[in-house]
Amino acid sequence: MSAARGSLLFTDVALRFGPHEVLRGVTLDLAPGEVLGLVGRNGAGKTTLIRVATRVLRPERGSVELAGRPLEAWPRRELARAVAVVPQQILVPFPFTVAEVVLMGRAPHQPLLGFDSPADVAIAARALDRLGIAHLADRSVLGLSGGERQLALVARALVQEADLLLLDEPTAFLDLEHRLAVLELVRERSREGKSALVVSHDLALAARFCDRIAILAQGRVLAAGPPRDVLDPPRLREAFGIEADVLLAPDGAPIVVPHRTAR
Amino acid sequence: MKVLTARRVAAVLATLSLLLAAALLLGLASGPSGLDASEVARALAGGGASDAAADIVLRIRLPRVVLAALVGAALAVAGVLFQALLRNPLADPYILGVSGGAALGGILVLAGGSALGLSYAAVPFAAFAGSLVTLALLYTVGGRGSRLDPTTLLLTGVVFNAFASAAIVFAASLAGLVEGARIFLWLIGNLSALRGDVTAAVAAFLLVGLACAIPLARGLNLLVLGEESAAQLGVDVRRLRRVILVGTSLMVGAAVAAAGLVGFVGLIVPHVLRLALGPDHRLLVPASALAGAAFLVLCDTAARTLLPGRELPVGAITALAGGPLFLVLLRRQRARIFAP
Repeated sequence: MSAARGSLLFTDVALRFGPHEVLRGVTLDLAPGEVLGLVGRNGAGKTTLIRVATRVLRPERGSVELAGRPLEAWPRRELARAVAVVPQQILVPFPFTVAEVVLMGRAPHQPLLGFDSPADVAIAARALDRLGIAHLADRSVLGLSGGERQLALVARALVQEADLLLLDEPTAFLDLEHRLAVLELVRERSREGKSALVVSHDLALAARFCDRIAILAQGRVLAAGPPRDVLDPPRLREAFGIEADVLLAPDGAPIVVPHRTAR
Repeated sequence: MKVLTARRVAAVLATLSLLLAAALLLGLASGPSGLDASEVARALAGGGASDAAADIVLRIRLPRVVLAALVGAALAVAGVLFQALLRNPLADPYILGVSGGAALGGILVLAGGSALGLSYAAVPFAAFAGSLVTLALLYTVGGRGSRLDPTTLLLTGVVFNAFASAAIVFAASLAGLVEGARIFLWLIGNLSALRGDVTAAVAAFLLVGLACAIPLARGLNLLVLGEESAAQLGVDVRRLRRVILVGTSLMVGAAVAAAGLVGFVGLIVPHVLRLALGPDHRLLVPASALAGAAFLVLCDTAARTLLPGRELPVGAITALAGGPLFLVLLRRQRARIFAP
């Protein structure tokens, strides 16, 4: 089973909110060490899928397996050591410092009572360093820019030391340099056999950094495969309702360039 | 990188313990017949003080300052727990109407209890039930699922408080319970109508509530980042919420049974401590217990001594300080919510 660490398998997952069917039978797998991009229009069910994968939402139908084991069978804290989430944004109502927020990612590794061990602090310091925000450690998260806060959330997920990372639009508030830094980090983890599911609206970056891309449309997987096979004009039309050219970069990565809509 | 350490927690709690001890001594020494510290010490040590001084210190003032300390600790910790649960620094047992619900529960038992053979000793239990019912009501009216909209919540609390006050007056009058002045004191919160028969229950409720709160601290930190985020970090959010609701109801029920509606302690104390110590609940929860205790002992001492020959209700003192602070916090929160 250890060979499957970080693997994730959705089988025919369906879920509705009231009358609205958000997921209508999603089947998708993620291999250990793989980086899978998840794209689709707003409301396609991307964030819902992340919530299902962390057991925040339970599917009405279908099953989810993590590392070959049904998700329901995972004890809560063990699950939090195996899967880490970078949320889109969170609202923090009290002035916790960046270091405090990042150290919260160590919670699944810590006993109920007590303080952060020197090892915890060292792990947090490394994560802050790796993301270039060590200088923000003692600043309150309330005073940060959206991008800085997002980097702090990435750092918090890193210190969970999980085999699977779920990133929900991790780069939405970031400048280009930091987008690349976060995605490089995801690739680096992939070389250590750690997998990642990256929700993104930036198709060019997703195509360049992901091993495979899955397009989610109307609660189903429209296509999943290597970026060059998946990103083509008919599928983009179906998934996003846009007309677009797909060009190839010199290294062969597809680049999506939408048309202007004539009105 | 600054990190909370056991040493820092110990240092802060030791300092606050000294502050509490000083407040208790001041409370014991202050009153119509002023005593100096040495007389208080001798009376506490059980020898050397005059009979009259020993009587005043041990039989009159000691139960009262101890009760003030317990009530202050309970209200402050309940405030911290509500603020973490609702992710809102404005949450306070009084503002949310939870104290009002507890008082209503207590009064209903007092008003109807003699027919049922219930004594005053049943009041803490009724107040506990009143708190729980109020919290259920807040979740029903102000909540969408497990989420609570802050504005709706505050409005519901204010309206419920007004309703509870009216119902209290009504029930008490109907039952011909006690003269109006006593009800007035219950509504504004005071520690003078001390009842020996509830002290044990009050102390037990408070200790259980506190014992619930301390191990929750790390979970509370995670909860502040949101329920989903906390769940993804391994917190059993539903169980945590249940423990918070029962623990706070115990503490609020006990505080109300002992002292009526003392407002704003749960707002003022955590707010000041968060400014001074930061928001980490591993420090904030025990620090609030000690500081809340010291705060209410000092407020009650002021209530007993500010006007010579007359006693103010302690709730008037806390509300005079807390009302303006609430408005300042509300303004700041609105600024934060509506700022781009």
